[in-house]
Amino acid sequence: MSKHHISVTINGTVYESDVDSRTLLVHWIRDDLRLTGTHIGCDTTSCGACTIIVDGKATKSCTMFAVQADGRQIMTVEGLEQNDKLHPLQEGFHEEHALQCGFCTPGMMMTSLALLQSNPNPTEEEIRVGISGNLCRCTGYVNIVKAVQFAANKLQTPAEVPVTAGQGGE
Amino acid sequence: MIPGSFDYVTANSVAEAVALLEQHGDEAKILAGGQSLISLLRFRLAGPSVLIDINRIPDLDYLYESSSMLHIGALTREAELDSAALIKARYPILHDTARMVADPVVRNWATVGGNIAHADPANDHPATMLAVGAQVVARGPGGERVIPIDEFFADSSFETTLRPNEMLVEIRVPAPEMHSGGAYFKLERKVGDYAIVGAAAYIGLDADDRVNYAGIGLTNVGSTPIKARDAAQSLIGNVLDDAGIHHAAALAAAASHPTSDTRGPAEYKRAMVRTLTVRALRKALARAHGEV
Amino acid sequence: MAAEVQHHGLGEAYKRKEDARFIRGQGHYVDDLNLPGMLYGDIVRSPYAHALIKNVDISEALKVPGVLAVITGKDLDAAGLAWMPTLSADTEAVLALDRVHYVMQEVAFVVATSRYAAADGAAAVDVDYEPLPVVVDPHKALLPDAPLLRPDKKDRQPTNQIYHWETGDKADTEAMFAEAEANGIVVKQDVYVPRIHPAPIETCGCVAQFDKATGKLTVWMTSQAPHAHRTLFAIVAGLPEHRIRIISPDIGGGFGNKVPIYPGYVCAVVATITTGKPVKWIEDRTENLSSTGFGRDYHIHAEIAADKDGTVRALKVHTLADHGAFDAAAQPTKFPAGLFHICTGSYDFQKAFVEVDAVHTNKAPGGIAYRCSFRVTEASYLIERIMDTLAHDLGKDPAELRMQNFIKPEAFPYRSALNWTYDSGNYEAALKVAMKGIGYDELRREQIEKRARGELMGIGISSFTEIVGAGPGKHFDIAGIQMFDSCEIRVHPTGKALARIGVQTQGQGHETTFAQIIAAELGMSPDDIDVEHGDTDTAPYGLGTYASRSTPVAGAATALAARKVRDKAKKIAAYLLEVGEEDLEWEPGRFYVKGSPAKGKTIQELAFAAYTNCPPYLEPGLEAVNYYDPPNLTYPFGSYICVVDIDRGTGAVHIRRFLAVDDCGTIINPMVVEGQIHGGLTQGLAPAMFEEITYDEEGNIHGGNFQDYLIPTSMETPHWETDRTVTPSPHHPIGAKGVGESPTVGAPQAIVNAVVDALAHLGVRHIDMPITPWKVWNILKEKGLAAD
Repeated sequence: MSKHHISVTINGTVYESDVDSRTLLVHWIRDDLRLTGTHIGCDTTSCGACTIIVDGKATKSCTMFAVQADGRQIMTVEGLEQNDKLHPLQEGFHEEHALQCGFCTPGMMMTSLALLQSNPNPTEEEIRVGISGNLCRCTGYVNIVKAVQFAANKLQTPAEVPVTAGQGGE
Repeated sequence: MIPGSFDYVTANSVAEAVALLEQHGDEAKILAGGQSLISLLRFRLAGPSVLIDINRIPDLDYLYESSSMLHIGALTREAELDSAALIKARYPILHDTARMVADPVVRNWATVGGNIAHADPANDHPATMLAVGAQVVARGPGGERVIPIDEFFADSSFETTLRPNEMLVEIRVPAPEMHSGGAYFKLERKVGDYAIVGAAAYIGLDADDRVNYAGIGLTNVGSTPIKARDAAQSLIGNVLDDAGIHHAAALAAAASHPTSDTRGPAEYKRAMVRTLTVRALRKALARAHGEV
Repeated sequence: MAAEVQHHGLGEAYKRKEDARFIRGQGHYVDDLNLPGMLYGDIVRSPYAHALIKNVDISEALKVPGVLAVITGKDLDAAGLAWMPTLSADTEAVLALDRVHYVMQEVAFVVATSRYAAADGAAAVDVDYEPLPVVVDPHKALLPDAPLLRPDKKDRQPTNQIYHWETGDKADTEAMFAEAEANGIVVKQDVYVPRIHPAPIETCGCVAQFDKATGKLTVWMTSQAPHAHRTLFAIVAGLPEHRIRIISPDIGGGFGNKVPIYPGYVCAVVATITTGKPVKWIEDRTENLSSTGFGRDYHIHAEIAADKDGTVRALKVHTLADHGAFDAAAQPTKFPAGLFHICTGSYDFQKAFVEVDAVHTNKAPGGIAYRCSFRVTEASYLIERIMDTLAHDLGKDPAELRMQNFIKPEAFPYRSALNWTYDSGNYEAALKVAMKGIGYDELRREQIEKRARGELMGIGISSFTEIVGAGPGKHFDIAGIQMFDSCEIRVHPTGKALARIGVQTQGQGHETTFAQIIAAELGMSPDDIDVEHGDTDTAPYGLGTYASRSTPVAGAATALAARKVRDKAKKIAAYLLEVGEEDLEWEPGRFYVKGSPAKGKTIQELAFAAYTNCPPYLEPGLEAVNYYDPPNLTYPFGSYICVVDIDRGTGAVHIRRFLAVDDCGTIINPMVVEGQIHGGLTQGLAPAMFEEITYDEEGNIHGGNFQDYLIPTSMETPHWETDRTVTPSPHHPIGAKGVGESPTVGAPQAIVNAVVDALAHLGVRHIDMPITPWKVWNILKEKGLAAD
């Protein structure tokens, strides 16, 4: 087992750590850094509860080693709210009742954030395709689609300064 | 859930990766997207001593067309193939395939190179690459060699003809001739699953609308990706009509070796090879005619 | 008494209070907890379905860096803990002693300083097994030469049969069947309801912390019923109950998966007591699907006796129930088959007789789970399927047959042939709304046209009656504890309130909906009322949340506790306003003098007075508690209609539309209700077409991870359409019935009925779930209809 020193920027803060080669990124984020908003729901890369943004890409953090994140920019759910202002996605999930138990929600929002980056005005079908790697047991997805549409509308309003997936946050 | 132990090294160039492969041989595995490999490691179904991370190698994720070929770098992600305008316009069969691999988040990291090199008969790209007659470029300590896709997959699952000290660096797909087209159809239990059955068909037509090129590849109906040679051969020289399509589809079904499992009984899968081959050929024909 | 719709209160789509932490990733789920010195547990599990344990060698495991201890069955046996009672009067192994009974059964518990070390330790434990013959077919388990799977209880149960249970009037039912054989029609239908698993996105787990100095055991646990679990821990582990504190923090979905007590919890408790350090145990998904409480697995034979014109007379049902290796099903103790005898459904059967035979097999234990209302999913599925079969055999439209046989609105309260007293219902109205909404008559015309062209479309109806809100203490208990529930409200001097309830949300929105109940009674804003639950040290005793009981039982307790608060406030108002109580009127938030509306006191003023200017004949303060023993269950209902199109080339079924009309009585929060319905419909779609746990001959599980256990994604899930009727419950303080499980109860058969309807003209009468493309395709092939 090799050990590696890594330096990773998460939500704008640089974290330095020594990690074992086999430490999964999701475990490092949750257990070592205590950023517990990212969740674990399965062991076959199926559920997406662990989705974060790595260098602008939605990523299932259970299927990446912490050491692979060295030098990269990561955004987790904790980085969505900026200066006490909720991101339109967070607002949308609340307004449209797109969460019930809340466990899939962080991953669902991070996937949606990345989706809106590349497709700012998605149709219902495009949203459903975009979130098809994130499982939800509570909501039946109908309101999640509405939440993403809410956020898309709000982000296209000129007053909004969007937080992009590529940034780690200010 | 928790992987076993291994050593991790980063390769910063292809040469370095090759040197590491040379050094560690069978004990090493290349880590590209990791979407298949890391899953195996977590279930302790694979136990390499060394992981060679190639994700830092610059200039290995490219997609460009030369006069005769589409060049796909080994690290090109499925998501790029799914969204690139070039692919949608000129290589829609690759778009058909990429968009069916796993799910959109997995596609951000999964590589086309890995999808082929992992040689899982359930992976989607092998069938398509067999249908279009692709080539794999491998680099070893002695330099580069080009392996026709027909010679790339070995006789058993998860085995290729890459030598232990070679790495896949590029996939080459012939540029489309006039009046050619292809399609990939995948039947799955749900989005994100491996195929119940997948069928890729690519045809080329001459000036008289006769088939002068045909390739049919099948996903997850055997221990390796399957090239349905007799099926393709049956189309050559003919104008492609429904009778010919059905005949080829029947031959494709006969070439498949599905097993019964939780994705369906073997008899069903064989019938679906037929159905999907028909659909793939019909769409390939429509694309060759410029209709779609 | 009808509840008034307030500006804030009942009927408002109030945005959820609990969202604030979840959308920020600040929820507190069990695995988020990190305590100083915390250790980790991981479980060694059996690869065999049935085997003797010859030896458990932990020596290599103890050498793994970070591993501190390995607990085995023998260790637990010394403390009398190797076996524990189940909620169904059986016992189950905590850690296997001399034999294992199913693949993935718990054999040893490794305690280590890190998650990863615990996993390495578990991989290093070496168990020597001697395989025994495996029984996975419940029919075979009943054969005389079947191996005895539970020799541990052979004195009281000499075969693999756990129980025979029956209810209803056998003689009269048989007489009606004889009559129908002669002059009417008898229809028979076998249906299998496969084994499935609730699979919430958060798996089960706990952090157990024993404080040696105080003797207090605290367990943060994925528990849907913290108080019941506390009492069970006290009884089973012999620990003093006042020194056990169970805390359900935020729970990432339950659906019945988090009602049983699992070996992992018990081992974590043992480990913390032995080490004096907190111990965390979190299972992974494969463990969750393979070993925790499953749902269904009912092999049902049903028969209906009817008149020639389709008027139903009698129902006869026999069920073979497969409980796996231990009967660990979670249901009220007097009902081993749960509430299965609601199976006369929405129809006016005069007589009925139901028998259930339960059996052990070499599979994971359980039986009642996955949003089933205690077997109502199975009951509703069977009656809705066989009613369609009756319609098919009579050549009658299935909607017409249902209308003909519905219990009429004037018949409520209605006593069923199996002795349930349905509180209220209007089944015709709900079905009419559904038929109008889906455009039923047009769809039937379209179906005729399509059939002529060889295209396959189907329309399926499910008109279900639910039974929830367990329940009256005389008949309903969990492990002996009566199934009441509770609410305690404390109003502070400055007019804000804190309420604690005995139920436990896993996403149902109690922090909002229960605040709304109180807000409606007291005329306050839900923002001024915070609702807490889950901590057994502070919350009043309750039986937890499952089987849609929260609103019917704890919701009633909450309304009544709020009314006690209001009653006391009235006394204070009379004192302050110097009038008699009989001279006071109430409007939301305020008492005022009859005839002089300007003379009044707000609830906030009265709260302040309770502490500062309290009548000398009253106790100071403003709080109340209510423990509610419901007089009856409640009976939500609905009609669902599903429209499908079938791909003749692949057998794939596409759901074109699905309309759900639900009646849950008084609606507290329509937004929350609609969300519950969307989610429940998705968990009804899942068993109908995707989910199934099966076993091969060796007892190996298929469907033990999310690659093979097919949870619908956003792509398989249709855009659900919903509507409602409102028929309040006459016995509930606010007329509410509960709704969480109506959709899982009602949906699967709507889908199955639609697919069968699409093929009915070919003579197809039934297809078992899950309806896979190959099942449909086999039928098409057989009928010569398979195409490209």
